[in-house]
Amino acid sequence: MDNATVIERLQTEFGDKIGPVGSMRSGEATINVPREQIVAVAQFLRDDSALAYNFLENLCGVDYLGRQPRFEVVYHLLSHANRHRICLKVAISEKDIHVPTLTGLWQTANYQERETYDMFGIIFDGHPALERILMPDDWSGFPQRKDVPLGYEEVAFSNTEAQISARKPYAEE
Amino acid sequence: MTTIDHRLSVPSPHSITNPALAGKTNTMVLNMGPHHPSTHGVLRLVVELDGETVVNVAPDVGFLHTGIEKNMEFKTYQQAVVMTDRTDYLAPLSNNLSYVLAVEKLLDVEIPERPTVARVLLVELQRLSSHLVWLSSHALDLAAMSVFLYGFREREQILDIFEMVSGARLMTSYFRVGGLAYDLPSDFLPTVKALLDIMPSRIDEYESLLTNNIIWQERTMGVGAIDSAAAIQYGLTGPGLRATGVAWDLRKDMPYCGYETYDFNVPVAKNGDIYDRYLVRMAEMRESVSIARQAWQRLKDMEPGVFQTSNRKVAPPPKTEITHSMESLIHHFKLWTEGFKPPRGDAMAAIESPRGELATYIVSDGGPKPYRVHLRTPSFINLQSLPHMAKGQLMADLVALIASLDPVLGEVDR
Repeated sequence: MDNATVIERLQTEFGDKIGPVGSMRSGEATINVPREQIVAVAQFLRDDSALAYNFLENLCGVDYLGRQPRFEVVYHLLSHANRHRICLKVAISEKDIHVPTLTGLWQTANYQERETYDMFGIIFDGHPALERILMPDDWSGFPQRKDVPLGYEEVAFSNTEAQISARKPYAEE
Repeated sequence: MTTIDHRLSVPSPHSITNPALAGKTNTMVLNMGPHHPSTHGVLRLVVELDGETVVNVAPDVGFLHTGIEKNMEFKTYQQAVVMTDRTDYLAPLSNNLSYVLAVEKLLDVEIPERPTVARVLLVELQRLSSHLVWLSSHALDLAAMSVFLYGFREREQILDIFEMVSGARLMTSYFRVGGLAYDLPSDFLPTVKALLDIMPSRIDEYESLLTNNIIWQERTMGVGAIDSAAAIQYGLTGPGLRATGVAWDLRKDMPYCGYETYDFNVPVAKNGDIYDRYLVRMAEMRESVSIARQAWQRLKDMEPGVFQTSNRKVAPPPKTEITHSMESLIHHFKLWTEGFKPPRGDAMAAIESPRGELATYIVSDGGPKPYRVHLRTPSFINLQSLPHMAKGQLMADLVALIASLDPVLGEVDR
């Protein structure tokens, strides 16, 4: 199995419903998929007997602040039979930050989509329990977005403690 | 594909609510953790119990989240290696390897043979050390305390070797982008040989304590079984997957660092229960000794000296060269003030860590700091299979199950 074969099968099946094809610097083919097609494309890649991408290896989000559309959800599918990896990317804009869930195809998408929601605010439609997973439940904001600062602890002495404490963002009661 | 009702399969902590509110009178909800001696770290489990039997369990993670991925975006590529040590803190060299392989793919830089062989040797020693901690704490959780003391005795020797090469027992950061941080010291090879010579008999010793031990078998055989289809659905990798019968090991199937040139087996079991996961890891320890021995022999036959790539745009020149070579001085200056800048693009490198498939996905924007680093850590993903394995088991089996999954919370939460 090589990248050209997979891309050809995908283009035969989906035609112009899938977006431009690129490649990662580590060699895997990257297919940009519109969000309406992601479940269909992933299911096709999984259930096709020749392609057989039976394993969802990775699901994460990336914030390309300054680009339209701003966010991207990256999926890596792995085929055990063919020992081949492929990358799917779904670009979504900040104003309409929804993507269909892949938990219907792979259970392993559950935690990974929760983490992507927690860190970037991307909402996965149809996820059974889209809650925060790493941050506390009452946290507001999405920490891994590029417009959220890293945050440092200021060194506080007894005479500066009060004014530093007033600046710190505490969780709401 | 059989349909799995995902509403039940990977529950979130909030989905296990007070049964009394739903009119159920035979179950109760128990909180286990995050401070608990048997949860292998700060792991909280919300357990719904019918007497002693687990009806449902939902892991609640995030207590060790320190924002490592975001932090790495503010460090140069070489500085970020230090942060990877802290994810899976029982196998730091594996984390280092996954990250530096990804950056080296971004840069498209070739690593010479000697540091590659040294990487294989050290990462297999790391696998041994990590499995020793797994064995010791697993046995300790099931009250076989002597194994804990024996396992840590050998681990001390391995940690001494890591201290010898890198200066640190645990957070080594020894693998750098371009090769190794420093050259291997002169007493490295004899010390490693001494360890590899005694290791097989020590592994026999651990097996003699547990493998045919009736109490061990009663506690682990038939407990927490998972079949291979469910394992792949949950994204289970590593010894957990191989114990279900799937012979998938990245070192054999998608090799890196020259693993295709080493002679080793991939142990596989069939039932996918705790006992099988134990057997797979014990066999893996023996295979690690064998691979380490082969790597040791290659290092012995090689000319000493080379420990990093000669590409000065990536790996710094030796300090002695700086005094007489203007080029070296400039390279040194650029590397220390700015750092190398990989071209735009993204790369993924996956390795077989002691816990499963550890992958690093890096996005570069052409600058000296990574734009996005995502660590696909096995413990986080493997934890999703816990509810499936725990349903119908007893509360005490839950302790054994967590130990057999071998989670490291630093890796789960990052």
